[in-house]
Amino acid sequence: MSIKHPENAAKFVANDERMHWHDKALWFVREKRDKASKSIPEWEQLREYADQIKTHTMSNLDTYLLEFEENATKRGITVHWAKDAQEHNEIVHKLLSANKVTKLVKSKSMLTEECHLNPYLESRGIQVVDTDLGERIVQLRDEPPSHIVLPAIHLKKSDVSDTFHEHLGTQKGNDDPTYLTRAARASLREDFLTAQAGLTGVNFAIAETGGVVVCTNEGNADMGASVPPLHIASMGIEKIIPRLEDLSVFTRLLARSATGQPITSYTSHFHGPIEGGQMHIVIVDNKRTPFLQSESYKKALNCIRCGACMNTCPIYRRSGGHSYEYVIPGPIGSTLSTFRAPKKHKTLSFACTLCGSCTNVCPVKIDLDSQLYTHRQDLREKNIISNQKRLGMQAAVWLMTKPALFNFVGKVARKIVPKLPKGMIYNKFNVWGKQRDLPNMPEKSFKDLYKEGLKDD
Amino acid sequence: MKKIPYGRLGEKMKVGLFIPCFMNELYPKSCVATLKLLKNLDLDVDYPLEQTCCGQPMANSGCSKDMKALAINFVETFKKYDYIVAPTGSCVTMVKDHYEPFFDEDDKDYNKVKASIYEVCEFLHDVIKVEKLDVSFPHKVGVHNSCHGHRSLGLGSPSELNVPPLNKLKNLLGLIKDIEIVDLKRDDECCGFGGTFCVTEEAISVAMGKDRIKDHIEAQAEVMTGADMSCLMHMEGIINRDGKPLKVMHITEILAGEV
Repeated sequence: MSIKHPENAAKFVANDERMHWHDKALWFVREKRDKASKSIPEWEQLREYADQIKTHTMSNLDTYLLEFEENATKRGITVHWAKDAQEHNEIVHKLLSANKVTKLVKSKSMLTEECHLNPYLESRGIQVVDTDLGERIVQLRDEPPSHIVLPAIHLKKSDVSDTFHEHLGTQKGNDDPTYLTRAARASLREDFLTAQAGLTGVNFAIAETGGVVVCTNEGNADMGASVPPLHIASMGIEKIIPRLEDLSVFTRLLARSATGQPITSYTSHFHGPIEGGQMHIVIVDNKRTPFLQSESYKKALNCIRCGACMNTCPIYRRSGGHSYEYVIPGPIGSTLSTFRAPKKHKTLSFACTLCGSCTNVCPVKIDLDSQLYTHRQDLREKNIISNQKRLGMQAAVWLMTKPALFNFVGKVARKIVPKLPKGMIYNKFNVWGKQRDLPNMPEKSFKDLYKEGLKDD
Repeated sequence: MKKIPYGRLGEKMKVGLFIPCFMNELYPKSCVATLKLLKNLDLDVDYPLEQTCCGQPMANSGCSKDMKALAINFVETFKKYDYIVAPTGSCVTMVKDHYEPFFDEDDKDYNKVKASIYEVCEFLHDVIKVEKLDVSFPHKVGVHNSCHGHRSLGLGSPSELNVPPLNKLKNLLGLIKDIEIVDLKRDDECCGFGGTFCVTEEAISVAMGKDRIKDHIEAQAEVMTGADMSCLMHMEGIINRDGKPLKVMHITEILAGEV
């Protein structure tokens, strides 16, 4: 079944107060990002470096991945390879079973969301606790995250208060953020101490050193990776960077683009298991390699998951992350999902005015608006756009290649439309006119006036 | 006013006026203003009658392959001019950025058209380098920077980039006497028109338009102006439906003193 962004968006827009609250919350983050990025004179140069490093790495991905595996192995880390989500989940489950793990603490990882790891493990009797605060909130509500950096941005304090009251037994109606955060912390502390394994995502994997870097603001990844004896890190193949010194380019860009902070509170390097423990890294492809072969879309793989394109996107801000019905929403999610499953996600490349703001905020310069434009052409080629649209556009071209006929049609419309009763113009077939008046019809077209002027001369 | 540099053999520069199809039909006043503005600069302006549509609505809907004939017609119609000038950022972007698949890489005619097509403000600002406009407009004006003009053509520096501030529209309006340009909270936020987006995503499109209008009204603008009539048409439709106290004018009307 294909997803329907326009319908989902219309529902979100219908609650005007909440829609504007969501829009303002994200615009606030975008403004913070602007201030942070403009505080660095070499910002645009950094973006250029990041683009070049990523593009170079992606065209030599096999070399860097193998270098990473070799160096990680030397450090006592076990490296696993998973071709898809199923294999990833099986590897993680095997490791957990072998170590008799009944409770797993997880720090936020969009890859495990993509692989639907939580339900997979839960159905096999393993308790999974998401430990990022936002992620924990949506987990308790049994919802997917609506943003990749701010997973619960669609929720208000009062929603969180209700959720915590139901699941953590906090006072009903108490929506004081400090009170709620403390309650979450106390509950999570208990989970960190009792879990037998921790799973983290990976922001950057360094080929040269064989270690991985995780960026968080709450320090939860550090707790999960350091307290229990077993640490599993899940990463997509695209997370690799060649050298340690390349990292500085990305850490300067990532936090500023994501939240407007100069750097995340914790930039943690994991270069081996804790004393007496084990560390495993699962490297996952899951439909990433086809991007490498695609001239039009390969840059989408350069994404460092900062979420800046979502914060700036006027559509995302007003339709919410869930309207995209894909693990990654917003502009980057629209291009990734449409490339992976065009039929299913065909409305997403049209959930965009091609304003281009996403391309400008992107710290690694992904050509997002161009990709969405190209997707539309590809959908037409594959006959996935609606017949109505295709035929309508073909008819318009036919008319436009006949200037005399086009002029005549315009003339007739300008004569007739002003005389029509309102009900004939504003009805359910006229979507434009639902909330907008039509332009006033002038008596003459510019072409008519121009021709008259020529006669006058 | 500065005179135009003369072309080959001392002839006046020949300018082909390109008017978007819907502007021709619905906004003749803005088109006349554009023509007048160019003629006042002592240019040899011609409006070729064979023109229709640049093909943008089709291409943005995914049907770019279906509109090849329009691209060829466009290049045929306009290749003979020294400059092609249009009162629209988005149609110019269409010709500049999206016609490539229809022509060979070394197609002389298309390369010439691509290099010589300008949005009218860009043309006045960068080619003519207008320094004086003998016009008064004693009103508070909000400038809607349309996305294609602003970001694709570089009519202004996008708020996302860390680059020196620039706004060609505001620079031109700044030459006008008695005008007051108001500051908007979101200087280059999209209005939500987006071609067929305004119909396929009607709910969000209108919500975006309303927010943009609110920004202007809160800044106490009396007039909203811009270089893309399509954005302005969308917002004018909402303003008229909601009875908001804001007048919409294409920037050429203000610059030409057509009040």
